[in-house]
Amino acid sequence: MAKTLFQKVWEAHTVRKLPNGQTQLFIGTHLIHEVTSPQAFGMLRDLGLKVKYPQRTFATVDHIVPTNELKEPYSDPIAQEMIEALRKNTQDFGIRFFDTNTGTQGIVHMVGPEQGITQPGTTIACGDSHTATHGAFGAIAFGIGTTQVRDVLATQTLALSPLKVRRIEVNGPLSPGVYAKDVILHIIRVLGVNGGIGYAYEYAGSTFDNFSLEERMTVCNMSIEGGARCGYVNPDQKTFDYIKGKPYAPTPADWDAAVARWQSFASDAGCVYDNTVKFDGAAIRPTVTWGITPGQAVFIDEKMPALESLNAADRATAEDAYKHMKLAPNTAIKGTKVDVCFLGSCTNGRISDLREVAKYLKGRKVSPSVKAIVVPGSQLTAIQAVHEGLDKIYIEAGFEWRGAGCSMCLAMNPDKLVGDQLCASSSNRNFKGRQGSQTGRTVLMSPLMVAAAAITGQVTDAREVFKV
Amino acid sequence: MSLAKVTQVKGLALAVPGDDIDTDRIIPARFLRCVTFDGLGEHAFRDERTGPDGKERPHPMNSAQAGRIAAAKQGVMVVGFNFGCGSSREHAPQSLWRFGFTAFVGGSFAEIFFGNSTTLGVPCVTLSKDDLAECDAFVRANPDVDLSVDVEKLVVTAGTKSWSASIAASARDGLVNGKWDPIADLLDGAAAVDQCAGSLAYVVGK
Ligand code: SF4
Repeated sequence: MAKTLFQKVWEAHTVRKLPNGQTQLFIGTHLIHEVTSPQAFGMLRDLGLKVKYPQRTFATVDHIVPTNELKEPYSDPIAQEMIEALRKNTQDFGIRFFDTNTGTQGIVHMVGPEQGITQPGTTIACGDSHTATHGAFGAIAFGIGTTQVRDVLATQTLALSPLKVRRIEVNGPLSPGVYAKDVILHIIRVLGVNGGIGYAYEYAGSTFDNFSLEERMTVCNMSIEGGARCGYVNPDQKTFDYIKGKPYAPTPADWDAAVARWQSFASDAGCVYDNTVKFDGAAIRPTVTWGITPGQAVFIDEKMPALESLNAADRATAEDAYKHMKLAPNTAIKGTKVDVCFLGSCTNGRISDLREVAKYLKGRKVSPSVKAIVVPGSQLTAIQAVHEGLDKIYIEAGFEWRGAGCSMCLAMNPDKLVGDQLCASSSNRNFKGRQGSQTGRTVLMSPLMVAAAAITGQVTDAREVFKV
Repeated sequence: MSLAKVTQVKGLALAVPGDDIDTDRIIPARFLRCVTFDGLGEHAFRDERTGPDGKERPHPMNSAQAGRIAAAKQGVMVVGFNFGCGSSREHAPQSLWRFGFTAFVGGSFAEIFFGNSTTLGVPCVTLSKDDLAECDAFVRANPDVDLSVDVEKLVVTAGTKSWSASIAASARDGLVNGKWDPIADLLDGAAAVDQCAGSLAYVVGK
């Protein structure tokens, strides 16, 4: 019988049926970070349990690390306590830790792919909702809570029920100045922030075939913003090429067998999906959010919705959003003043993002009214960018060049908005308070749109600013 | 491991209106800077309850009703749709549970929040849209009446009113049979786990 990748991976990792009808699912790869793991290790100790397969858990530190202060002890004692707790836990239980002094530390969803730990046909869990990022490689990857982190540590399994699969097809070339970020913001806008509840999203179609792995990661990353716990792209030659030679990739002797195995996991022709949705790639334009959920988005050259045009449920959220954002319904978002620009995060903090923006940034200057920061998602990305001289381009343009981490994506470190500052951000969440100030405002967009905002001091159309 | 059977949860109710209430609002990220969950209860909905000026804002969590629930360490929160969306932080249900909420009644729940709550033995049941509106109105008008969430019979009752409720079958079974924390069952499968691990090339190192 023809099967989807989701079904095949699920079957290969099914340990047994649990008495309550759920599946005990084997988690081949477990990623942990400093925020959601300490309590899990605490529970493990309380129960007197060990880590069952320590070599299948990998740790890094990303959320709390300051990006402008590389020496320890950090000026923030809690950050110091958290990083030390992770050091102790990984040491006590024999877990590999990509620590800050290794040159490999970074946002957990960047470290997995960079190390070749993220592979097709595998199951990946992490106490972080953006774990779906790893689905770009054809893995079934999802976020879990802290108690489930404990479950994976203790048993290398989770109790789960299978998801339905929705195929999201995007076909055709994207217009210049339109990026993977616009594609996923558009998908969420159309399907809604809870349209994906109960589903895994399979992203497919010629647009995805043509995407690099990094672009696929940008889309899979935000599956959770669309309500889907995991999202994936079927593995292809690009996937294999990306993995080849990475530290945890199969050895040359095992390579051919690994590729054959990976290919066998791709969804079969003729498999049945619970649901299929199609989009025309050429119709997507640069997209920005205007509200406080990622689904509240418009094309940059559109007006924000009039309240009357919304149904009752959406209207209540929209009214709240307009009030918080200090924006007016039925007006253009283009031209809105911007205070802070943030380029980074596990959505858009990769080398291809930094390169793309740098291409256009040469010779341009950040508006004096704007504070602009660029935060490479990982140390490897930062090293590569410096090697290519990208840091100089950013610094010359007036960006602050930072160390690797999550930074202003959620502001658990010192990078925070102040008061009702408006931030043009390449991250993934525009929830109230997300960037560290209760009244702070976030407008999500692609990296190039962030750069355009930095230069003009306004939410604007990058295609015009950079003559794309 | 023996756990309590969660067949019925009863307590005073608090309506917290709004759809798409995300976990950043339930527990702002700065309170995630911790290595234990202790003390999270007092920070639930912190930024909705306290303004930037440090003054209390009107919010259901600041009401006398919320205070009674916190004192009793028992109560039901009545919420809207897609409650608990966003970040997977278990700190969100942990903070509400530590505040005193032992059950949720809503239109729908984000999956990770739902799973995290269930694993704490805290049921999240859903009502139809109309029933939810009625329940919400009843709760506001009758703050002294206990709301009862019967997980076994799948019904929410308050005074003479009752509404039929739903919850995923696996969560219901886990709660009513005292198996809401899956760790015991998962540990039982150790031999089968090793067998599965041995069949996966990437796990055995290929
Ligand atoms: S960059 Fe943002 S979304 Fe990604 S893991 Fe860090 S905090 Fe979470």
